[in-house]
Amino acid sequence: MTVRARRNTTFAVLSLVVVTLLIANTGMGAVTIPPATVVSLLAERAGLGVASAATGIQESVLWSIRLPRIALGLLAAGGLAAAGVGLQAVFRNPLAESQVVGTSWGAALGAAAALAAGAQASGTFVLAAASSVSAFLATLVAYRISRRGPRVEVVTLILTGVAMNAIAAAAVGLLVNVAERGQMRSFSFWSLGTLGGATWRTVLVTLVFVLPGVALVALRSRRLNVLLLGDEEAHHSGVDVKRLRVEVVTAAALMTGAAVSAAGVIGFVGLLAPHTVRMIIGPDNRILLPGAMLGGVVLILIADLVSRTAVAPAEIPLGVLTSLVGGPFFLWLLHRTRRAHGGWG
Amino acid sequence: MTPVIARGVSYEVDGRAILDGIDLNLETGALLALVGPNGAGKSTLIRILAGDSRPTRGIVQVEGRPIEQCTPARLALIRSVLPQQSRLDFAFSVRQVVEMGRYAYTRLQRTSRRDDAEAVGRAMSATGVAPLAELSFPTLSAGEQALVMIARVLAQDTPVLLLDEPTASLDIRHQHLVMSQLRHRARRGGAVLAVLHDLNLAARYADRIGMMAGGRLRALGPPDQVLRPVLLSEIYRYPIEVVNHPSGYGPLVTTSDNYRGLFQNGIPPGEAT
Repeated sequence: MTVRARRNTTFAVLSLVVVTLLIANTGMGAVTIPPATVVSLLAERAGLGVASAATGIQESVLWSIRLPRIALGLLAAGGLAAAGVGLQAVFRNPLAESQVVGTSWGAALGAAAALAAGAQASGTFVLAAASSVSAFLATLVAYRISRRGPRVEVVTLILTGVAMNAIAAAAVGLLVNVAERGQMRSFSFWSLGTLGGATWRTVLVTLVFVLPGVALVALRSRRLNVLLLGDEEAHHSGVDVKRLRVEVVTAAALMTGAAVSAAGVIGFVGLLAPHTVRMIIGPDNRILLPGAMLGGVVLILIADLVSRTAVAPAEIPLGVLTSLVGGPFFLWLLHRTRRAHGGWG
Repeated sequence: MTPVIARGVSYEVDGRAILDGIDLNLETGALLALVGPNGAGKSTLIRILAGDSRPTRGIVQVEGRPIEQCTPARLALIRSVLPQQSRLDFAFSVRQVVEMGRYAYTRLQRTSRRDDAEAVGRAMSATGVAPLAELSFPTLSAGEQALVMIARVLAQDTPVLLLDEPTASLDIRHQHLVMSQLRHRARRGGAVLAVLHDLNLAARYADRIGMMAGGRLRALGPPDQVLRPVLLSEIYRYPIEVVNHPSGYGPLVTTSDNYRGLFQNGIPPGEAT
């Protein structure tokens, strides 16, 4: 199969899976809503003059629970995957990702601090902004520490991430225990991640942060390709490397910050999705970005469906499921990287 | 024309002088080979001429402007650079890697897509990597990867080329292939600077040779004036003889058993105990 054919097939399959999952995620749960009812409800809302035969319960479950939850899932997944693509190019390392690098827990710390300082919990811009700023700082610190000479060493990167995450998670734990009970979310919200708190307001806030982040990574995708050659090589080719790095880390921080402040730390999405898609369609960031975002959406939609339905009426936290898949995948990647470089490159 | 001028360039790291007062012009139409022992400062000089590092003292001018006033995009239209080693772990195809050399043009929209494709094709044929075009870069051998990186630099199509050991991992045929390409570029009006360890490649292809040692430019001139046994033996601290190439290609450098006949007492300055 030619490269182009493989790309087209991949996008077609991913899109088809996303559509199927959208139907499943809107329809399945304690209240069943058949796809036809979903469509008629949407048409009614859109003012197309269709009267749906849905019950009142179906309508309110779809409109105020499932749709915002799905929308937040799409935004968080797309944002985390796009952040992964950007961070992997900036760190020049396929193992870089929001959670691995420390961006995610940096974001959680910012949001928890804002809550402790009195910000409102339900999807405010203040919360997402505090989260993004903190994520930006954590990522820059991780970059400065893990970079030695022209390269970012795998081992240093991961160990730096471990330390950054430990510090930020401990600080979140401290804030959770010290702050007033009422407004602070539980530690498990931050560490396990869930789309359960989604409202249209959190969706709107997340959209405002994720959209410019994705746009920035997309606009810089060719530059990010050149950056993969190395900082000096990119500079020789005409890329303003320092500016590009700040831009992309900013984009990653905006997207991770919004996702984490709304849904907690959802681990490994930014690693699993870009990496799997890259193995199929190659490393060209112009193609990889949309592919990885679709892949991330597939992952989150499956995980959220399982999270809601597997042990209903209880829920398995979303981050538990993504980490259950992502953790072993990460280990396998480590093994492969180590073998390829004959040691801890 | 003199597109690149370095005046009094010094570079210090922790008080140690890596470069010490280098004056050098890169002339249009000429291939300049930079030679000298390990640690002479050749790569540092390339990095400074490329704009990667700022000199501690002295100035570098590119097309009449101080290099620090040039944006990366503008510099990329003037000079291309081959670093000593490049590592790329991501599975780009050979063609994609060579296309990255065209980044500055597409960014500034100076050329059409067809120009870009032609430049990429020419660069790949010139280095003999056209048959590898669709292969994944990380799967290539070190020598093949080096050729692809040279193709990337050629595709950038700049009037100035700076290359740090372009022939280091190449077999003898590819060494000559690459050096002829570089000389060809110079003949067509390029200003080419190549760091070489093989003195005979320098003798055969360079218009001028710059001999560096201890951060200084010790000699600069045509090959037969710079490649003199006494100077070489002193700088490399190893007995070196120079004979005439049997086919008349100029000087041929070879090593000797001892310093006999090279110096008055048979011992080069600095070697005496």
